[in-house]
Amino acid sequence: MSQRQIIQVFEQYQKSRMQFVQTVADLAVRPQNIEILQNAGVMSMLRPLLLDVVPSIQQTAALALGRLADHSDDLAEAVVREDILPQLVHSLASQNRFYKKAAAFVLRAVAKHSPELSQAVVACGGVDALVLCLEEFNPAVKEAAVWALGCIARHNASLSQSVVDAGAVPLLVLCLLEPEMALKRIAASTLSDISKHTPELAQTVVDTGAIAHLAQMILNPDAKLKRQVFSALSQISKHSVSLAEMVIEAEIFPAAIACLRDPDEYVRKNVTTLMREVVKHTPELSQVIVNCGGMAAVIDYLGDCNGNLRLPGIMMLGYVAAHSENLAMAIILSKGVPQLSLCLSEEPEQHIKAATAWSIGQIGHHTPEHAKAVATANLLPKLLHLYMDASSSEDLQAKSKKALKSILQKCTHLPALEPLLYDAPSNILKHVVCQFSKVLPHDSKARRLFVTSGGLKKVQEIDAEPGSPLQEYINAINSSFPEEIVRYYSPGYSDTLLERLENFQPA
Amino acid sequence: MAELLKMKSEVEEFKKEYLCRNNQAEENRQRETEAATRIQSWFRACRVRAYLSHLHMKAITVQKIWRGFTARARFRQMVKAAYFIMKMKFYEEMAVRIQRRWRGFFVRKYIHNFYVRKRYLQGLSRKNELVRRDLDELEELQKRERDCVEMIKEQTAKVYQAHRLHHLLSTKQCPGVFNSPFRPAPHEMELLLRQVKYQAPTRLAPKGRACLLGMPGPTDPSFPESLASPWIKTTNTCCSIKPILPPIASKKPQGLFREPGDVFEQRVCCPDLTLCLQTSYTHLEEAQNQLRQHESLRPHSHTLGTGSLPHHLSHSSTSFTHPDSVKSFTQ
Repeated sequence: MSQRQIIQVFEQYQKSRMQFVQTVADLAVRPQNIEILQNAGVMSMLRPLLLDVVPSIQQTAALALGRLADHSDDLAEAVVREDILPQLVHSLASQNRFYKKAAAFVLRAVAKHSPELSQAVVACGGVDALVLCLEEFNPAVKEAAVWALGCIARHNASLSQSVVDAGAVPLLVLCLLEPEMALKRIAASTLSDISKHTPELAQTVVDTGAIAHLAQMILNPDAKLKRQVFSALSQISKHSVSLAEMVIEAEIFPAAIACLRDPDEYVRKNVTTLMREVVKHTPELSQVIVNCGGMAAVIDYLGDCNGNLRLPGIMMLGYVAAHSENLAMAIILSKGVPQLSLCLSEEPEQHIKAATAWSIGQIGHHTPEHAKAVATANLLPKLLHLYMDASSSEDLQAKSKKALKSILQKCTHLPALEPLLYDAPSNILKHVVCQFSKVLPHDSKARRLFVTSGGLKKVQEIDAEPGSPLQEYINAINSSFPEEIVRYYSPGYSDTLLERLENFQPA
Repeated sequence: MAELLKMKSEVEEFKKEYLCRNNQAEENRQRETEAATRIQSWFRACRVRAYLSHLHMKAITVQKIWRGFTARARFRQMVKAAYFIMKMKFYEEMAVRIQRRWRGFFVRKYIHNFYVRKRYLQGLSRKNELVRRDLDELEELQKRERDCVEMIKEQTAKVYQAHRLHHLLSTKQCPGVFNSPFRPAPHEMELLLRQVKYQAPTRLAPKGRACLLGMPGPTDPSFPESLASPWIKTTNTCCSIKPILPPIASKKPQGLFREPGDVFEQRVCCPDLTLCLQTSYTHLEEAQNQLRQHESLRPHSHTLGTGSLPHHLSHSSTSFTHPDSVKSFTQ
């Protein structure tokens, strides 16, 4: 045998290995092939190929493994069981950039499924190796590593903490400064995932100066980057007042409001979420946003979108209104109440309705003026309907009842209250009658109107238990009218009259 | 004798009487002694009682005087205290009156000031309108920008297509596909084909698209509206809505020649002034002034970060103030 022939054998072997790995990698792209591949024992065959002498085979094997693990968490668990991770992590530090990218992909595919799998990645030192990859020059490697870190940090606070402990945050902030858009996006998303768990983690992210860099990217034309940036900012600001103030101090605000008209709907949603997270802390922060015109923009935004995209906007209105009556007035002036009423009638989802009812309650519970604004938007019957509707969820019923009650206790706008006299249950009726009993003794026009519109008749028909607050309110109303009128409208008055006619003896 | 007898009878009588009397006396002795004792006891009792009552009178006098003294002292104290309380009440009432006036005034002036509130709300609605208008403008602008980018893309694709289809150009002899003799005017593609100059299609990789057009590419900052808009300061994708010029053939001359643009620039631009002439001789003072102004502005923005009212921050542009901003005064 000549030397050529011997070498040819090896070449052939290498070629067929390469072909096998590539075919498996290609097959692994399609989800329907996964089960067959798994049954064929692909895991145990790929494992030795990860240690192959030829780098391109290693790399393709890693890619195939990553694709397999990406599809189902069974396979991801299989990867963990086969003890592939330590090997991958070990070679992550030493191999070339293509291999690094593929290995980071495997780690990401394993970690994304569950906290336990992520924990397995962390336990075999994956995080430190990935952080080392962040110092790599190649943006594709960085991107894969950042993505894997993001998948790990997403699950819970302790995993995020381990990512932070590995010193990833400063490097992630540096990644934000890279020119590649994809890297920026994924870095912003990872920062968001890290800071969403606890105030301490958010504080670590802030301490590395991430806010300034994120704030610079607000006006970036790339929509996906903007989504991630706003999501990161909102995750940072949701924890505490001081973090929210730091976000505000980055002077994002008039610019962020401009993004409420972005063509991308998730950008708009994330901007609104950011505003909600900032606003919920203190009245002053709400004031900042209201003063720069954020309220009008959010209310316009509520008109443009529907479904779950509306939820942050609705909640933001509620948070702002809850702080002070001035802010609630600002919402009313920005035409927020009709918009909320529209949301209440358009949205089919119970939880959005519940949030809307809550926001309306927050707006209306300050002063009679606020309550009047809510009442004139014809919201009281709607809330009552939601409360009475048997198909409403318990939460929705509770929220609409609370809103209704708090608005009714302030409402002195009688024309809006009157319809409630007819179809409210007794626990709501109590508040309605109470408002009447407070207003009627002092307002002669209202008394007149109350009689002519049949309200008095209705009040006489209510049968309240003697001694209950409802009866007291009814008595208070009755005492502000002449006795004859009260008697005239009492049920059974005609019978009494007829009886008197029978007993009457003409002289 | 008679006398004697008389005497005798008298003696007898005397004796009898003496005896009788003696008997009587003996009989009465006990009683009399008792009576005497009684009398004596009464008398002594009277004396003792008189003495005791005398003592009582003295004690009462002493007590009377002492009690009077202490009571007067206490009364003086009470009067003093009552007077003090009265005075305090008076002062407090006066203080309340003053405070009531002041608080009413203060609250009306600064906290629940109707006019400020009204102004604030008006300002707010004005601001809202402004923001809505600005946002509408911005949206319009962005839409136009996107349309423009789209149009450029389309145009570029067309030109690229024209390059690819350059062989379909009609010649003097034979009309091309796009130049049907049965139509009054040639197809627009034909016009485009006439404008482009033939280049080998392999050189028309998508990278060269922008320069192909010979018009300002997407990085050209000549978008006129972008200056008017306060929102966009850093948009990169600006473009103009000028009529698109026909592409200029930009075949690179081979060899060591510079780009024609560079040469033109070299010819047109005057030589740079030296550094020392570029800055005026008062540059130092100006720079110092600027620095000072900058410093004077800074503390304002610095105090805000540390938990004071953050709604001053960065909102010097808001023309209206909020009534709550005076809360810091009360605290």
